[in-house]
Amino acid sequence: MISSAQYLAQDSEPWINTDTFINLFWANTIGGLEYGSIYALVALGYTLVYGVLKLLNFAHSEVFIYGAYATWFTFFLLGFRPGPTPELPVGELIAYLVLAVIVAMLVSGTTALVLERVAYRPLRNRGAPRLAFLITAIGASLILQQILFLWRGSNPEQAIRLLRPETLFNVGSASVQNLTVIIVVASVLMWIVADTFVNRTRFGRGIRAVAQDPDTAMLMGVNKERIIMLTFVVGGLLAGAAAVFYMMKIPQGAQYNGGFLLGLKAFAAAVLGGIGNLRGALLGGLLLGIIENHGQALFGGEWRDVVAFVVLVLVLMFRPTGILGESLGKARV
Amino acid sequence: MTTTKTPAPAKAPAEPPRRRSISEWWNNLSRFQQWIILLPLVALIFALPWLNPPLITTEPGYDFSIAMFDVARYCLIAIGLNVVVGQAGLLDLGYVGFFAIGAYVAALFTSPDSTLWKIPYLAAIPLAMAITMVFGVILGSPTLRLRGDYLAIVTLGFGEMVRLFADNVDALRGNRGFSNIGAPPGTRENGEPLFANFDGKPWYVLCVAVIIVILILAGNLERSRVGRAWVAIRDDEDAAELMGVPTFRFKIWAFVIGAAIGGLSGALYAGQQGFMNNQRFDVLTSVLFLAAVILGGSGNKVGVMLGAFVVAYVPLRFLSIAEWKFMIFGVALTILMIFRPQGLLGARQRLLTYGRQAYQRLVGRGEVVSSDTAMAGGKSLMNGGNGAPK
Repeated sequence: MISSAQYLAQDSEPWINTDTFINLFWANTIGGLEYGSIYALVALGYTLVYGVLKLLNFAHSEVFIYGAYATWFTFFLLGFRPGPTPELPVGELIAYLVLAVIVAMLVSGTTALVLERVAYRPLRNRGAPRLAFLITAIGASLILQQILFLWRGSNPEQAIRLLRPETLFNVGSASVQNLTVIIVVASVLMWIVADTFVNRTRFGRGIRAVAQDPDTAMLMGVNKERIIMLTFVVGGLLAGAAAVFYMMKIPQGAQYNGGFLLGLKAFAAAVLGGIGNLRGALLGGLLLGIIENHGQALFGGEWRDVVAFVVLVLVLMFRPTGILGESLGKARV
Repeated sequence: MTTTKTPAPAKAPAEPPRRRSISEWWNNLSRFQQWIILLPLVALIFALPWLNPPLITTEPGYDFSIAMFDVARYCLIAIGLNVVVGQAGLLDLGYVGFFAIGAYVAALFTSPDSTLWKIPYLAAIPLAMAITMVFGVILGSPTLRLRGDYLAIVTLGFGEMVRLFADNVDALRGNRGFSNIGAPPGTRENGEPLFANFDGKPWYVLCVAVIIVILILAGNLERSRVGRAWVAIRDDEDAAELMGVPTFRFKIWAFVIGAAIGGLSGALYAGQQGFMNNQRFDVLTSVLFLAAVILGGSGNKVGVMLGAFVVAYVPLRFLSIAEWKFMIFGVALTILMIFRPQGLLGARQRLLTYGRQAYQRLVGRGEVVSSDTAMAGGKSLMNGGNGAPK
């Protein structure tokens, strides 16, 4: 550790690569948006649960990876096998992808619901202290992870690709692929739906009420238990959708512990934007994706994850409430 | 105050009798008597690898002396993590990071594979502790000002980052690792070094001796002003702050002392293994450390050692379930949090303010077991009456 600076100095390459940064600026920004929108969708799950229960749901990363496995199995059961990307008519391709999204959302949503019912609810009924919730979250995360490990082993599932990456148009020096457009547009649409749901519907009002003050909300006739279940399910559904996009981007992503790092980053994104804040989750996710990609260009691919983590620590040091502040509970129209 | 004796017997039968009486009996003994009872026990513990008792041994599958060293190492780790989690109530999920730093410092300064200057192994141990303490401050100072949950996630990230550094920094040699890591001096009759990798006995004795020293130090710390401050922070941080406890400073202290013990156990581990690479420090290990503390009963030193024993020993004794260990401990953690959140041996809320003897004189008997646990967050949801109106 002490001599690391010396070692780095001995390297022939400079350890800050400004050239790559400048040359690949647009490509990295676009790639960052792609990753960032996946982070944003997962971050929404963290943010919603945190806003309502003040609980850091560690097991959310496993809810996400269950969605990734669901995607893989959907493709597998549809008859696709690892290997070359098949030629599919556009209509059929869209139908398959939509099906995968629906299945993954259902699986992740169910996982989140079961998690809430089996692990967290008994604790709430017993009035357990907060540390107990955190430890349960870790234990539940471990269980969900080990189920996959004991069932499918430690190797990732082999990649199944449905979508052939094609360049659609250019921005600056970078080309934009169909994959990128689908992921970013679909994620932003998902976010708009979630934001509308929380801010404009009756259930959303319930969520905000419980986030603001659970006891008063109950006195006003809000069914707190149902709202908490709903929050977990919404977070799970979004994570499921994110998992499909993730599997489109990284087809070999279904691995039993694959959710851990992504979950950590999604949480970092939620904190960056302001935890408990839906708009913050989107902004934080996109920003983190972009920062991470540029960091990778500057320092090299092996430091990608470190960059994301340093961002988290810096945000916590200088603006612990995040860029947009914590506000799920704040009343909006 | 003598008049209060009359209501005392009336209350006594209503309370749970059995387990209480053991701890009460123990606490009523004088320090000297406690030591008399402890000494043979300690001697027995020291002798375990030589005795190799039939049912307890892990022998056909795993060398018993090394298994016992592993158990002792987990005990040391659990005691260190207990300072952070059990006493100060800070959830540290990156404890494996400190453990790794300690191991790497020992490797870097004693292995011939490293380009740094060499120091004797016994000098590398305090150095490892000092460097992990520095990392404890670096990690703790930005995050301990924040809410507890942020600490959990940041320490989780820290553990992962240490692993990434071990993977990617050339000086840390990634997967190739360091071989021939130093050991304490001493030779056997046949001229071989006393502290050899294949024989866990000397390492076990060293580790148990270290544990005893650490237990005495940690016990004294617990009974001091620092320990009282930790209990206050754990039970209600806001109230502690209002009472004038500099919470941030004491949290840093807990964090740093925990880190130092983690570094110490890492350095011992590196020495015993003789070889160190980046493959041993994943986050799951960190969760296993935490499971040891929580299972045994965070805040209770005997409890966490029991937990460490279970976590380290069971997979080695029953090799057929070793693959299932994370699953088993995950289920155990979840179930325990619902039915017995204080762990197998819960911590007692000691009336530390008066000291043990003074308190006994005041009450005329052993310490009172409070219903509160180490994990009581002060404002538990009980009084909120949640779920009652249905």
